[in-house]
Amino acid sequence: MASNKDSFGRTLFVVVGLCFICSVFVSTAAVLLRPIQIENKLLDKQKYILEAAGLTQADEAPMSKAEVLATYDKFVVAKLVDLKTGEWVEGNADLFDADKASRDVANSFKPQNDIASVKRVANTAVVYVVNDEQGKPRTIILPIKGYGLWSTMYAFLAIKPDMNTIESLVYYAFTGSGETPGLGGEVQNPQWMAKWHGKKLYDAQGNLVISVTKNPVVAASEHGVDALSGATLTGNGVQNSLEFWLGDEGFGHFIEKFRRNGGLS
Amino acid sequence: MANAKELKQVLSGPIVNNNPIALQVLGVCSALAVTSKLETALVMTIALTAVTACSNLFISMLRNHIPSSVRIIVQMTIIASLVIVVDQVLQAYAYDVAKQLSVFVGLIITNCIVMGRAEAYAMKTPPMMSFMDGIGNGLGYGAILMSVGFVRELFGNGSLFGVEILSKVSDGGWYQPNGLLLLPPSAFFLIGTLIWIIRTVKPEQVEAKG
Repeated sequence: MASNKDSFGRTLFVVVGLCFICSVFVSTAAVLLRPIQIENKLLDKQKYILEAAGLTQADEAPMSKAEVLATYDKFVVAKLVDLKTGEWVEGNADLFDADKASRDVANSFKPQNDIASVKRVANTAVVYVVNDEQGKPRTIILPIKGYGLWSTMYAFLAIKPDMNTIESLVYYAFTGSGETPGLGGEVQNPQWMAKWHGKKLYDAQGNLVISVTKNPVVAASEHGVDALSGATLTGNGVQNSLEFWLGDEGFGHFIEKFRRNGGLS
Repeated sequence: MANAKELKQVLSGPIVNNNPIALQVLGVCSALAVTSKLETALVMTIALTAVTACSNLFISMLRNHIPSSVRIIVQMTIIASLVIVVDQVLQAYAYDVAKQLSVFVGLIITNCIVMGRAEAYAMKTPPMMSFMDGIGNGLGYGAILMSVGFVRELFGNGSLFGVEILSKVSDGGWYQPNGLLLLPPSAFFLIGTLIWIIRTVKPEQVEAKG
């Protein structure tokens, strides 16, 4: 046996056979589990959208899967918007993957002023419209992302229909291992997130003035949010993400149009 | 077939007497990375135990057929397949934890404990004992991970398994968390201290000075 198993033919046989068995094993697992994984990802995102919309509270018991789905279906409508014109476009927004779309060179662009290091932006983006019981929009949720210190940070910025008052800013995902726990990772701290509630994005002249700031006077005003201590670069990332996505290469045209029309029309 | 005493030795030996992290100083990378919370440490322990046990089992079953010229790559293929499956299962059934563990589940492939046990034990031992050895080593790894995770989460974040134990100043309590414990280097100090304690109690683990 001993000399036999080291022969060339035998080696080849064992290696090829093993590779075949292992690949069948791995692909079976991947294919069988795929639907559950996609469901998990979608559910996770929907949970954060509800949180951003103020439909769930972080300190309450987590909602069950069915509750999340029911609440989401009842109040939230996902729509696609063309970033260049600010117009709604047709398409299934629930299945839209912004990262995937931004890699599609034909349907994406390279921002001129890429302060948030997003590299490429898809021409279309999803906007989540959250309705109240009467079916009127009460919150508009814009998905934003930007580079922090270690990772790209994904967030939902929820604003009131006046397109000025912030409902919340919820960070929901990070690439890689995320920001430093306890420092930059505190962007997910409910206490820090609560500071965004009710702040105004623009001043009376319509300039974007919201800032993550270390100046206590500005932080106490309606245009400032107290920066996280020990997380200057993550804070800058948050600031840059906001400036980029609310600017002309982000949702700027959409916001302008929305305001001009005084609503969703 | 192995007797009960030998089985017990294989299972419990790696926990203190022959701990993969404390004595052999293997698998330290992931021990630094996933121990800032007990929950992630526990899931990582389970994932690593499953991979080590199963890879030991399969490698041991094939040990008489694995050509020695390509044995490392054969072992890697088996380990890598198992790790991908574990990763897929975690993403399907423990999505939140999988998100926190991120790359570290994938990095089990390169974890020296898995490789070390496959090469040093499973290649020359029958399947059942190899399987038990995998579980034993997983438990030894887990014992260190859980102790380090316990200290790090309790003093770094004031909680255990996400349940608040010491109320933090930032939440209106009295406890000022030690931020250093949340950073990976603190695990070095803790693992170092653990090794020190174990070697003081069991001086036979100290390497001979050459």
